[in-house]
Amino acid sequence: MQQNVITKPVSNGVNTEALIGARGAFEQMPEAAAFTFRSTCDWNEGTNNTNTINGFFGLGENQERKQTFRIDSDHPEVFAAADRAPTPPEIVLAALASCLTGGVAAVAQHRGIQLHKMRAVVEGDLDVRGILGMDQEVRNGFSGIRVAFEIDADATPDEIRALVAQSQKRSAVFDILTNPTNVNVTVA
Amino acid sequence: MTYIGTIIIGAGQAGLAMSRCLSDRGIRHVLLERGEIANSWSHERWDSLRLLTPNWQSRLPGFGYDGPDPDGFMSMPEIVGYLRDYARASDAPVEERTRVLSVTASAGGYEIQTNRGAWRCDTLVLASGACNLASVPALSAQVPPGIEQINALGYRNPGQLAPGGVLVVGASATGVQLAAEIRAAGHEVTLAAGEHIRVPRQYRGRDIQWWLEVTGVHATRTDEVDDLRRARGVPSLQLAGSHEQPFCDLGWLIAMGVEVTGRLGAIRDGVALFSGGLANHCALSDLKMNRLLDTIDAWAETCNLPGIGPAERFAPTPCPSAPRLTMPLGDGRIRTILWATGFRPDHSWLQLPVFDRKGALQHHEGRVAPGLYVLGLPFQRRRNSALLDGVGHDAAAIADDILFQRGRSAA
Repeated sequence: MQQNVITKPVSNGVNTEALIGARGAFEQMPEAAAFTFRSTCDWNEGTNNTNTINGFFGLGENQERKQTFRIDSDHPEVFAAADRAPTPPEIVLAALASCLTGGVAAVAQHRGIQLHKMRAVVEGDLDVRGILGMDQEVRNGFSGIRVAFEIDADATPDEIRALVAQSQKRSAVFDILTNPTNVNVTVA
Repeated sequence: MTYIGTIIIGAGQAGLAMSRCLSDRGIRHVLLERGEIANSWSHERWDSLRLLTPNWQSRLPGFGYDGPDPDGFMSMPEIVGYLRDYARASDAPVEERTRVLSVTASAGGYEIQTNRGAWRCDTLVLASGACNLASVPALSAQVPPGIEQINALGYRNPGQLAPGGVLVVGASATGVQLAAEIRAAGHEVTLAAGEHIRVPRQYRGRDIQWWLEVTGVHATRTDEVDDLRRARGVPSLQLAGSHEQPFCDLGWLIAMGVEVTGRLGAIRDGVALFSGGLANHCALSDLKMNRLLDTIDAWAETCNLPGIGPAERFAPTPCPSAPRLTMPLGDGRIRTILWATGFRPDHSWLQLPVFDRKGALQHHEGRVAPGLYVLGLPFQRRRNSALLDGVGHDAAAIADDILFQRGRSAA
């Protein structure tokens, strides 16, 4: 209900026109909106392994990128490992932070709000007695996750809170973490 | 087969408003009503329900409230009486106990089969209601046997429920009212809350519906919102037809001893799994309310109204810090699940290619196809289209359109 008086074009580096165009296209052809993402994980040694990420399915066909991305994972020295990369739960926290941060930028662009600086600090509480199988009452995963945003933008505090709330509302990773998902693991 | 130029299906507030607008323009018509006038209000609502809009706002074309309590809220018997009085005052030609079985296209018009014979017309207005069916999520099929399931159309009062715990799913006006009533009757109640909107019943000494009217929120047109589909689907405001409680929000329920948790996400192996996103839903609700209050304050500022109280801001929703994520459904604690997950219209008898791929009737501001109109759907033409006070404006627009089309075909 509030309108910002825009004196110069807002640029957060997000092409919202293209995203709005995609919405229109998917309206006509919902099957094109069905994407499948994938990551391939190869064991290196011990708890160290490497994901390679390139192709995904979307817009009705397999899509190949120009470059292949790598995400390494390991366990820290306190777990008697070599600590060559972040732990998988840390990668999950990073995915959440990235998803929400990107979402804030996109929503801000759409709402005509110029961002200057943004940082999200994510913390997840994890009682390792769960993964060590020591206590049935303790779950393996995070018992709670906190995200703290610091945002400098040309907007009121409530407008900034609304950006963060809308980003959560439309975030894939926020949904993945807050709602149950069926996971099927098979062996070839 | 009986021929008449115009037929209205349904004799609730929408059908009766339509009938009045047609009569005012001299257009001959008949209303086909499956039961009796105001049938849904008589037979498909819970006992304690009252309208969410005050009596003075129950304006219909050529009719209004002139009783002793303009600021009160009508009970179900009162709204039924009100609409019967309206039908009488308008001399509405209602064919009661005439259930429509099918509507098909026929020679430039429409053919309507009913349990009391067939009708044919050139112009048809669907005014059969927006809340004929309860929208219950597919995951209800996973509820273990032994747990009673009931939806808001079947619910009448807490006396219907088995002793023991009740899981209420949904936190719009329906969910919050029923959670409170069932809790007050002594049941343990858990409320699963997704997207919701809290507002105070009164603000600055006036009813919230008065503010929504004077600030122009109610009259917002379809081209004034950027995402009409979303605007049509927003949950109803957390309100009850009573001045007793300043808020009927999650904080009120928590104070009553209702356990509030996140949206019901799945039922797996007999365990209900709830979303961990409640905090954001509470934040969105608080932000939405505050934006509305900002709009009201900005408007009040420009008008300098006498007798208006000072601007106020309310404490944020006291969202539980660690709401439950799981609830076993097999341990006997929960005996009943009450689905307060929304309603949808029933147009299953409409045998015409007028539905989108999700089965919803496609229309532009009530115009469905040549000679075919719908009336009374949420945000059909204005934000208050589905409210008693809003349906008359839409009925008048459709009546004008019918008159115009008839003029064209006669010329």
